[in-house]
Amino acid sequence: MRDWSITSLLIARCQSNNTACLVQQQDFDHRDERTHEALKRGAMALKCIGTVLFELASGAQYRAFSVSAAAAAIQKMTRVRVVDNSALGNTPYHRPPRVIHVYTKNGVGKVGDRVLLAIKGQKKKALIVGHKMPGPTMTPRFDSNNVVLIEDNGNPTGTRIKVPVPTHLRKMEGDYSKLLAIAQKFV
Amino acid sequence: MAACTRRAAEVLCSFRTFRQIQHQNERFISTSLTHHAVTGDGQPPKFTPPPKPVIVDKTKYDAPQRRFLSPEFIVPRSRTSGLKFIAERRDMIKRRKTLNIPEFYVGSILAVTMKDPYASGNVNRFVGICTQRSGSGLGATFILRNIIDGQGVEICYELYNPRVQAIEVLKLEKRLDDNLMYLRDALPEYSTFDFNMKPVPHNPSADVPINTVKVRMKPKPWSKRWERPKFNVQGIRFDLCLTPEQMQHAQKWAQPWQEFDMLKHHDTEHLKEAILKEVEAKLRK
Repeated sequence: MRDWSITSLLIARCQSNNTACLVQQQDFDHRDERTHEALKRGAMALKCIGTVLFELASGAQYRAFSVSAAAAAIQKMTRVRVVDNSALGNTPYHRPPRVIHVYTKNGVGKVGDRVLLAIKGQKKKALIVGHKMPGPTMTPRFDSNNVVLIEDNGNPTGTRIKVPVPTHLRKMEGDYSKLLAIAQKFV
Repeated sequence: MAACTRRAAEVLCSFRTFRQIQHQNERFISTSLTHHAVTGDGQPPKFTPPPKPVIVDKTKYDAPQRRFLSPEFIVPRSRTSGLKFIAERRDMIKRRKTLNIPEFYVGSILAVTMKDPYASGNVNRFVGICTQRSGSGLGATFILRNIIDGQGVEICYELYNPRVQAIEVLKLEKRLDDNLMYLRDALPEYSTFDFNMKPVPHNPSADVPINTVKVRMKPKPWSKRWERPKFNVQGIRFDLCLTPEQMQHAQKWAQPWQEFDMLKHHDTEHLKEAILKEVEAKLRK
């Protein structure tokens, strides 16, 4: 939504600039006035673009990526946040990582479930370590849908998990002991 | 040379006199009764013990403490038999006799210690601001919110869950609203709290202080449209994020007739007083 509005704004600005130039070329009589006006408009447009870019940057400070709402924990096409320090999950890409399959019987992923991600144009398995939808009481609920990238054998791809991880993930100590070992904090 | 020796003698002499004075002083101060004063009639004076130090406990006040009924005691209006609520209340009081559940409000900063078989040391402590209290009876819950390492975390605790080991109020205060769910869409600084925070002392007889801070929000979209009259939010700086036209537009969803709906009116004042008396009497026993 946001991106669309920004692009349309930019296009509008460019158009106004072009029309100004055209007008300038057509009217030779009042050339001085026109050029002055055009210059003024150009400066204004630049300013506007500057503010738009600034807004974009400041917006990125709060929400660098878009994540799905808390409707149903994690399902196909959910946009997720990769919270480990792996190169694959942290290099910027124009498309947020999306869940393309959930390895559960009902197709809804909760904490501790395995998912398949489409990330940077490739397929990668991941483990859910927190979601927006509230789970049972006395368990944490997170502000984003967090996943950690794992290899097919369950070993983590990264070497550190940057955000707190729910303690009841330790139930799966046997399968993901290496992943739990790289977690920095438990809540 | 002679001057030097004289000087040294003087110094020695003065030192000696100083010592003598000191000796005298020592004897004068000494508390041993035999030395002190054998009075004229030869009887030692009666021993008078020194006065006991008076320790003033500043945490206790003379003023009457404010009375407080936890909101989960208030019976919701329903067709359920009253017996259910009586039985639940008995269990709640029983639990309150073993676990100290302090007075707290939405907006207070709490620390909850709970038993967790998966945590290190089997104990899990979480600090955060109370953003919501809900439920009545034994199933009452409250939500704590904090931001850890830039990740917003919320935990919904059950007040009477046997896993809860301690509830500690770190800062007792109220906010402008009874529900702070909008902190999810506010800037992170408003829901970031230190885990090693020291408890702030509060006066148990005065009114609970109200924190009138108004939060600044992240850019839209928010999780809910907080400007709608349904939420009646006071603690958001709407002037920074919405235009007056948008605020005006939100009033389209106002339902000003709701407050006059007598069927929805539930006066709990008498109920509250009766339950408070009962609970206080049973907790004292």
